[in-house]
Amino acid sequence: MREMDSKMVTETISTLLQDGCYHLSDDVITALRQAYEREESPAARNVLAKLLENAETAARDEIPLCQDTGMAVVFLELGQDVHIIGGDLYEAVQEGVRRAYARGYLRKSVVVKPFSARINTRDNTPAVIHTTIVPGEKLKITALSKGFGSENMSRLAMLTPAGGRQGVIDFVVKCVDEAGANPCPPVIVGVGIGGTAEKCMLLAKQALLRRVGEPHADSEVAGLESEILKRVNDLGIGAMGYGGRITALAVHVEVFPTHIASLPVAVNLQCHSVRHREATL
Amino acid sequence: MKTISMISRSVQLPLSDDVVETLHAGDELLLTGVMYVGRDAAHKRMIETLEAGEMLPVDLKGQVIYFMGPTPARPGKIIGSAGPTSSYRMDTYSPRLMAEGLKGMIGKGMRSREVKEAMKQYKAVYLGAIGGAGALLSRCIKKVEVVAYDDLGAEAFQRIVVQDFPVTVVNDIYGGDIYEEGRSQYRMAAPNPTAVR
Repeated sequence: MREMDSKMVTETISTLLQDGCYHLSDDVITALRQAYEREESPAARNVLAKLLENAETAARDEIPLCQDTGMAVVFLELGQDVHIIGGDLYEAVQEGVRRAYARGYLRKSVVVKPFSARINTRDNTPAVIHTTIVPGEKLKITALSKGFGSENMSRLAMLTPAGGRQGVIDFVVKCVDEAGANPCPPVIVGVGIGGTAEKCMLLAKQALLRRVGEPHADSEVAGLESEILKRVNDLGIGAMGYGGRITALAVHVEVFPTHIASLPVAVNLQCHSVRHREATL
Repeated sequence: MKTISMISRSVQLPLSDDVVETLHAGDELLLTGVMYVGRDAAHKRMIETLEAGEMLPVDLKGQVIYFMGPTPARPGKIIGSAGPTSSYRMDTYSPRLMAEGLKGMIGKGMRSREVKEAMKQYKAVYLGAIGGAGALLSRCIKKVEVVAYDDLGAEAFQRIVVQDFPVTVVNDIYGGDIYEEGRSQYRMAAPNPTAVR
């Protein structure tokens, strides 16, 4: 049994969220540079060049990459031999979010009562928290600032098993096609396949946490990722939708067993402003 | 297919019909002058004001509205990150404001058929700023003041002064649409496995 002070959780989350909002990670910068090299459309190349310049400006001045600093999504992988002391674990997470958005001059974008009194909570809480219990005595924290230009383009389909692999591909491509310029392409396409409805969407979100362009460990899934990526880039949407060869920087797929009666597919898009960080305590 | 010009043209704000008539989908512009900033909540207030038969807080004739809600300014700065938000959420409000004389809108993402028709009718343009380039765009903003709806915080209606603010004409008054034109230019006929390297 290892004791862990909840204050460590608060400080870690505050640091991770601020860092993510100012500093575009090296995998995304590399992917944007490669997109710039490959892109043929002058308008899209201009966008990609400006995005790289934006990343430099944001890092230098510690100004957020994007004004939509998102809703915070926090993944906790809690070792079963960890004992959290000094207060409620989830409250420690929320305090970390509060600190990050206040100290970091990040925009507070969360409102209460979504369908009625949309009053701003003024500290960007609550964060959405997903917890899994794992063996060991460590706590792995992943903090994501998720912008809603891309989040609003999320889709779920409960396909029939007869739809198969082709049905999955066609649904994902249709989602990206219909989203068009809205999710701020070039995007990362997060895809969940299997499970139940809510598990499937969670898989799609978790797929976004992988390093950009790193293929799935299973070669069958990796093959599906590369086929969807090609189909998506054939759409011609391009950076910011101005037309071009690169609509997505990567397609990441996560899978889970499902019921004999279904083939759930979820799509969660991530704009080019990919902002997630992880730490293990 | 028109070739997209890579030479940015400087345009002064506010806009006149004479200038709007020269703008075409795909043109890259550098805007200098005064524009207004408002997003969902400010638009809702303006429409409610008009429906109540009252005056808008500012005269919109010739003006441009930037759909944007910035991050808070750090001490010593006038504004934080300041990129565009998705424009489709303003689609239900925009035609009414164009009828009041609004000549331009700046945002990102697709507009409805009704908005595009209203742009032709009222001679107004829709300009795209680069989504997710809020750090870069904030450097073009030289002055910021709240003009109405202060209680809305980051969603207040503001007047800003910009210099060489980069935008691309997305929809012009002739029905041109860079999203449609760009996509059809680069779209690969599927399935065609040899079409892309």
